[in-house]
Amino acid sequence: MKILVCIKQVPDMESKFKIDVAGTWYAKTDLAWRMNEYDEYAVEQAVQLKEQVKDADLTVLCIGSDQVKETMKKALAMGCDRGAHITDDNAAGKEPFEIAGIIAEYAKGKSFDLIFTGMQSQDRGSAQVGVLVAEMLGLPSVSTVVHFAYDGGSVVAKRELEGGIKACVKVQAPVVITCQLGMNTPRYPTLPNIMKAKKKELLSIPVQDLLKIDARQGTVKMYFPEKKGGGLVLEGDMAEMADKLIKILKDKTAVLA
Amino acid sequence: MKLLLIAESREGKLLGGTYELVAFAAKMNAESVMFLVGDEGVLPKYDGKLYLADGKTVGEYNPDVHKQLVLDVIAQENPDMVALSHSSYGWDLAPRIAYALKAAQVSEVVDVVGGELVVPVCNSKLRCNVKAKTAKTVVTLQAGAFGLSDEPSGTPVVEKIVARGGNQVQFTGYEQAASGGVDLGKAQVIVSAGRGIGKPENVAMIAALAKALGGEYGASRPVVDSEWVEHNRQVGTTGQTVTPKLYIACGISGAIQHLAGMKKSEFIVAINTDKDAPIGDVADVLVVADLKHFVPLLTEKIKSL
Repeated sequence: MKILVCIKQVPDMESKFKIDVAGTWYAKTDLAWRMNEYDEYAVEQAVQLKEQVKDADLTVLCIGSDQVKETMKKALAMGCDRGAHITDDNAAGKEPFEIAGIIAEYAKGKSFDLIFTGMQSQDRGSAQVGVLVAEMLGLPSVSTVVHFAYDGGSVVAKRELEGGIKACVKVQAPVVITCQLGMNTPRYPTLPNIMKAKKKELLSIPVQDLLKIDARQGTVKMYFPEKKGGGLVLEGDMAEMADKLIKILKDKTAVLA
Repeated sequence: MKLLLIAESREGKLLGGTYELVAFAAKMNAESVMFLVGDEGVLPKYDGKLYLADGKTVGEYNPDVHKQLVLDVIAQENPDMVALSHSSYGWDLAPRIAYALKAAQVSEVVDVVGGELVVPVCNSKLRCNVKAKTAKTVVTLQAGAFGLSDEPSGTPVVEKIVARGGNQVQFTGYEQAASGGVDLGKAQVIVSAGRGIGKPENVAMIAALAKALGGEYGASRPVVDSEWVEHNRQVGTTGQTVTPKLYIACGISGAIQHLAGMKKSEFIVAINTDKDAPIGDVADVLVVADLKHFVPLLTEKIKSL
């Protein structure tokens, strides 16, 4: 069995963001980087599937500059067999259709039985890439999956809908699965596995070899949204803030009356 | 400009985003037609043409079948733009339509300014104005971003359509959320824990503050996914929607999915170390503090009142 899992490196969402010089994306300096949270579930599910079927080969794909190798190493330490690094210093400037096109071009002809992606990225959050990859490869896809089971080529999955309801579906592999938060419990790489990961194959493929389509949309500008809140901001001494808040709650709500 | 609005129903019930699509068409100053797989007896109020596929025949959402139905309507109507809700239905179906149409897809649109589509980035901390380069565009709309100023009205002119073609993904049934336990919907005060609580042991201090205020404690999604708090206490799109007299968000940054579940609370207090967190947009009071120090202190002071 051949499995592909696609991951993205994103900034920690708690970071202080700045706009870049071009004014169309956030500046990449002074940020802490990590694996897109949704992709951690995708990697975990791919590794679990590999462990289940035993005879499986698992590739992790990531598009970006050399910096993304750090995130790929985590996926390798979690249990992926090999990395496919699509080298691109301007991955952030590419829209979802181009990103999907690059992944589909890589996967074409490689006969992957299962392709896992996160259901969206934490930064751009388009929720398009996984489903587009499937469309481009002519494969079925199931998005927003919170439960996955595989048995002899047959996949049973549960999609998360609004209001806590799940839709149960059946589909035959090959198939693309996009993973929602809470799908499993992503493992922490152990030290021996981190050491082993350093010896695993890390392919390097220039993005121009795989990018064969044009962007369908462009970003005009990026900016900080205007603060809507006319809310009161309390800062400073803890005890004083607590007293002020209690007074406000007494005045404005009935809960402390 | 002509819009095709993809309405959404589940088990014969029309879902909320439908009228937001109508509001979006009004905002775009565009003529529109609507598409729905649903029940003939539960039609949306809509002053226009509705392409209706019978939900009982077609069955619950199936990507291949719905895509083909939408493409058939597009072939007949030739719209400039196709609009869906940014929901589990919309974000699943939209890329399939966009791919077939060779169209750009712009996801989670929150506004339209001067012909540019406005979308959130990085958990709503940033925004982008985006322009499609293709003849047709597919958009998904963030829940709650577009609202009708008036009550929806009108009776649609229905044209029935039938499904054709097979499906690769087979729907086998719904699984309802586990019920029982706490009912947050009845609580007057809810104190919720977010990722900022740091570790499961800190749920206790959130629960203690809730108890001191005579309320219940809730949680945001990451805390529930980490299994620090059970799912029936989750507030947000995939959990419960609540409207207590007082909502205190502790260490919750304010993802749109969480805000959707609590922003109609009567009074909102946020306790967060990040002054710029989106939760500040809906909070009446934002306390800039580390909840691990502030919450126990506040609890003690309230207890001694």
